[in-house]
Amino acid sequence: MRRATIPSVQPAAPPLDVDRLRRDFPILCGRTAGKPLVYLDSAASTQKPAPVIEAMNAFYREGYSNIHRGLYALSQEATEAYEEVRCKVQRFINARESREVVFVRGTTEAINLVAGTLARQRLEPGDEILVSTLEHHSNIVPWQRICEERGGTLRVAPIFDNGELDLASYERALGPRTRLVAIAHVSNALGTVNPVAEMVRTAHRREVPVLVDGAQAAPHLQVDVQALDCDFYAFSGHKVYGPTGVGVLYGKAGLLEAMPPYQSGGEMILSVSFERTSYKEIPYRFEAGTPDIVGVIGLGAALDYLGAVGLENIAAHEGELLSHATEALASVPGVRIVGRAGRRAGVLSFVVEGAHPHDVGTILDQEGIAIRGGHHCAQPLMERLGLPATSRASFGLYNSHAEVDRLADGVRKVREIFGSCPS
Amino acid sequence: MSELMELYQEVILDHTRKPRNFGSLDSATHRAEGHNPLCGDQVSVSLRLEGDVVRDIRFQGKGCAIATASASMMTEFLKGRRAGLLPEAFRRFQDLVTGKTIEPPEDLGKLMAFAGVSAFPVRVKCATLAWHTVKAALENSQQPVTTE
Repeated sequence: MRRATIPSVQPAAPPLDVDRLRRDFPILCGRTAGKPLVYLDSAASTQKPAPVIEAMNAFYREGYSNIHRGLYALSQEATEAYEEVRCKVQRFINARESREVVFVRGTTEAINLVAGTLARQRLEPGDEILVSTLEHHSNIVPWQRICEERGGTLRVAPIFDNGELDLASYERALGPRTRLVAIAHVSNALGTVNPVAEMVRTAHRREVPVLVDGAQAAPHLQVDVQALDCDFYAFSGHKVYGPTGVGVLYGKAGLLEAMPPYQSGGEMILSVSFERTSYKEIPYRFEAGTPDIVGVIGLGAALDYLGAVGLENIAAHEGELLSHATEALASVPGVRIVGRAGRRAGVLSFVVEGAHPHDVGTILDQEGIAIRGGHHCAQPLMERLGLPATSRASFGLYNSHAEVDRLADGVRKVREIFGSCPS
Repeated sequence: MSELMELYQEVILDHTRKPRNFGSLDSATHRAEGHNPLCGDQVSVSLRLEGDVVRDIRFQGKGCAIATASASMMTEFLKGRRAGLLPEAFRRFQDLVTGKTIEPPEDLGKLMAFAGVSAFPVRVKCATLAWHTVKAALENSQQPVTTE
């Protein structure tokens, strides 16, 4: 039969049509140092597709006014557009209700919000907040400050050498005085995907709420806050192909309702007299002042874009890029991959023997390749790994396998320049 | 020569691989630590002044090729020279690495190898870190704690 000649396993179609998607990103059509831009720093910030840029432009041109206060049609429409994005975010992370979505400036502000309200309210002298060695400074310093203020202690769950969290130690570190766990979903420096759902279950058995720093996860994984059962989830617009200046704090309604206001001023009040002020319901209680309205509109366009491309396709594509890059770089003599966790997303850290990450960055930049070199705002992690810094390539939906090959070629060039090191 | 080859000249790479005057000076009269918080480069400089002369100088630290080579070559440059010459030498070196120099200041000697840095503005900090640090070390000398 003719059918029998068809191979039983057909080569899988690539998850994404990258060539087509790249055309959505104006900046990727530009050039660096006379060469096409190979942008491998999406973990720092993603580039923006035309629909996001255009949505913001169009809103300024045609739909702009302040929100939540105007009696006129334009303001009502702007308010509706803004609130519609809240519902988009709700669907994006599968929150139960849209009022569980608070718009903030970014992940950093989201974490500071929880530190300045819930943590400040609950922490008594001797109480503990538990983080991990993998955290970004923004998920360390706010807790450190509130601990200093309240006489609490910041505890740290350790990692193994491969960059995976030591879950047994994490569980032991959860004590009777732990008041909050704050943990990255995906490590920005190593790409480690933490088993957040399991960690939340462990914490909840001790009635400890968990904040998840999702800045590095939201662009790469399908986030489901109900499945994770986390109490708070924070992410930034600019890392999910949206604009800078806007981000999201998800919080379970019950917790948000019990929290005092964060910043105070207009927009977050019900009534004000010099004797007494009453505050609005959630989420507005946490959105004092005129928000980044156009940023929120841009975020909505970015989530639409991600929805159209499909996060599962993106995750599959980036997973292939990550395996390809890991293999390609590991085969360059003198290159060591830093962070070999079983589950990783979006980020590849490495060191080149005899070449400091800044030199690697400069040489790659001459090839038009943009990567990050440094401590990645994770100095305690670098200390733990015994490294002053690493080079980090990070991937977005627009990166191609050809770009991974150019990265490997660039790293070979680094070895040519620095490689004769007698070590 | 490409900009990259200009930056990573053989003399610079040589000092990166085999830093001279590396370590800490027990008999130091002046010390200072410098670091670049943005990239995590760290350097400490210790030196012994006899009168106004830099009799000995060492540096320690971790950093990129440019930061390490600059520190190493700076110690060679300053050793045996009068400390009073430092501000002028530092100014000339800064002019060199930022590309402000029109006429190459010949008295910088081997340090002229750092002219290539001027094509890489983000690396100027790497090249000048050790110089800022030694300047800080000498300025502390106004408190006559260590001067013999």
